[in-house]
Amino acid sequence: MITHFLAGGLERRINIVLALLIAAAIVVPVLHLMVPPSSPLHMPTYAVALTGKYLTYALLALALDLVWGFCGILSLGHAAFFALGGYAMGMYLMRQIGARGVYGNPDLPDFMVFLNWKELPWFWYGFDHFWFAMLMVMAVPGLLAFIFGWFAFRSRVTGVYLSIITQALTYALMLAFFRNNMGFGGNNGLTDFKDILGFNIQADTTRSVLFAASALALALGVLVTSALVRSKYGKLLIAARDAESRMRFLGYRPENIKLFAFTLSAIMAGIAGALYVPQVGIINPGEFAPANSIEVVVWTAVGGRGTIIGPIIGALLVNGGKSWFTGALPELWLFALGALFIATTLFLPKGIVGMWEAWWRQRRESRSIAAILPASTGNPVESPAE
Amino acid sequence: MTIGETTATSILYLDGVSVSFDGFRAINNLSLVLEPGEMRAIIGPNGAGKTTMMDIITGKTRPDAGEVFFDGKVDLTKHDESEIAQLGIGRKFQKPTVFESHTVEDNLVLALAGPRRAIPALFHRQTKAEHERIDEILQTIRLTARRNELAAALSHGQKQWLEIGMLLAQDPKLLLVDEPVAGMTDAETEETALLLREIAQTRSVIVVEHDMQFVRDLGVKVTCLHEGSVLAEGSLDQVSGDQRVIEVYLGR
Ligand SMILES: Nc1ncnc2c1ncn2[C@@H]1O[C@H](COP(=O)(O)OP(=O)(O)O)[C@@H](O)[C@H]1O
Ligand SMILES: [Mg+2]
Repeated sequence: MITHFLAGGLERRINIVLALLIAAAIVVPVLHLMVPPSSPLHMPTYAVALTGKYLTYALLALALDLVWGFCGILSLGHAAFFALGGYAMGMYLMRQIGARGVYGNPDLPDFMVFLNWKELPWFWYGFDHFWFAMLMVMAVPGLLAFIFGWFAFRSRVTGVYLSIITQALTYALMLAFFRNNMGFGGNNGLTDFKDILGFNIQADTTRSVLFAASALALALGVLVTSALVRSKYGKLLIAARDAESRMRFLGYRPENIKLFAFTLSAIMAGIAGALYVPQVGIINPGEFAPANSIEVVVWTAVGGRGTIIGPIIGALLVNGGKSWFTGALPELWLFALGALFIATTLFLPKGIVGMWEAWWRQRRESRSIAAILPASTGNPVESPAE
Repeated sequence: MTIGETTATSILYLDGVSVSFDGFRAINNLSLVLEPGEMRAIIGPNGAGKTTMMDIITGKTRPDAGEVFFDGKVDLTKHDESEIAQLGIGRKFQKPTVFESHTVEDNLVLALAGPRRAIPALFHRQTKAEHERIDEILQTIRLTARRNELAAALSHGQKQWLEIGMLLAQDPKLLLVDEPVAGMTDAETEETALLLREIAQTRSVIVVEHDMQFVRDLGVKVTCLHEGSVLAEGSLDQVSGDQRVIEVYLGR
């Protein structure tokens, strides 16, 4: 049943994306580990970490697109699910430090020793096990999204009101995580990681594996999302976006249809966050900043919402641009981002992928018209869109 | 026959129903009984409460007072929209509402009677029986040729038909059809009357409509609503001959 479901997601364009991601998962580690640094083909450490980070952003954007593009839920709080997944991973990485912290305390992370805490708070229990941390990476964002969505969708909160409360959600979490006595390291967050699964987190091999894991996680995200939106359930998602009341009077419960996608999307965002943290080496409350969630919306809009590859292209391009910009003209980045969003909304409402599809369709149509018309008429062919 | 017996045998039973919006009585002590298999036309001026009556039957609006029973025993005031739809009441909106970014066929697929939950829909595979049912409905609503086109590309009249087709796919016992021929050409209007009469052979139907020629074509019992209650009821000739109906509705 599951394999049939996943096979339903396979389609030419999706296959290409999957092939590219799997190829990247192999080629990048090879270029990093096997090609000598003297070679122009060698991929340096910073580049592996940077592209690995972009892939986790792409997964986050894909997660947002599942609810925004396909179901019309404009979440302005998706970075919160990403950050929660990141914190769950960060807690595991903190426990891996063991007695190697500055204070050398085998039982408590440094920041707890600093705060004079005597024992580990209950919500840190279990995080020394990798499997438990991975469970929490999915369970915490998933549960939060489920509870939030349960109330919001049931009360029929939609549109801009829903967007505002998702923004409030991430803001509230940011304030909470800034507090030292919450037990998550306050404004410094969690950092100074040493090992992951016993391997040095700075080692080239570890970085390569983390990159490959990010590429494969994104590939899995693409496959699941594609299968989902092409199933009957996916049609219901789009139906809930377009005509919620029609659905209700057909006997469906749009709130449940939305809730499933919203929860799944939060889990995807949590996994992205968990892969992000070991590659950047830190997680702090700044990840909950409202602006972060808005950036995800911009990536998705630029790439093309309501498509599978749009958010991936958007996340990679905008973040590539950001890395270049913050190097060259750091103070102008936010203006550039704002301008990009406005330009996309005005001139490319369907994003890069939407524009490309429209161009492709038009080309095909004018070709087929040209094929029908006798060549001798001499009249220029006008395509219907003009 | 006592009230109790009427409730037990009728497909739809409204008694003493009232609802107010901010002090304005949109429905005022409305009573109406529909027999199983009956088709009823409802006429009345704009604002008479025709759409609001459908809102009450389908659970969108809760009445302030009165009884609403379906199929003899089901108290509709105790259920919400999706439950009522699943009980077997289908509704076509006044403004045609279809899933514009889906194909004509997918619109019908989503409407087909069957499980309504999220998880089963993930693994749903279309059966041969479902496919045949869709073929049948496409024929009935005259949209076979447009099966794979997006619903957004249909004309206004075709959207109205598609929505009726979705109701058929839902397989309800009672259909509520709100102004189905608004914006249709004369030919389309005639076709629609035929279509509804065909549908009414197997289910109960309530049709709200302004178009008098269309109501005549339906050839069924007529109820005229005014200010939220029944003004007159009977054959079209009786109702349109009624002095008060002429005053408030036809004469204007
Ligand atoms: N949800 C509502 N809130 C306020 N007023 C409403 C609402 N629904 C209907 N009404 C009012 O109730 C009256 C009856 O409306 P409606 O049932 O749409 O009339 P009809 O369909 O017969 O033209 C109108 O005056 C309308 O403005
Ligand atoms: Mg009306």
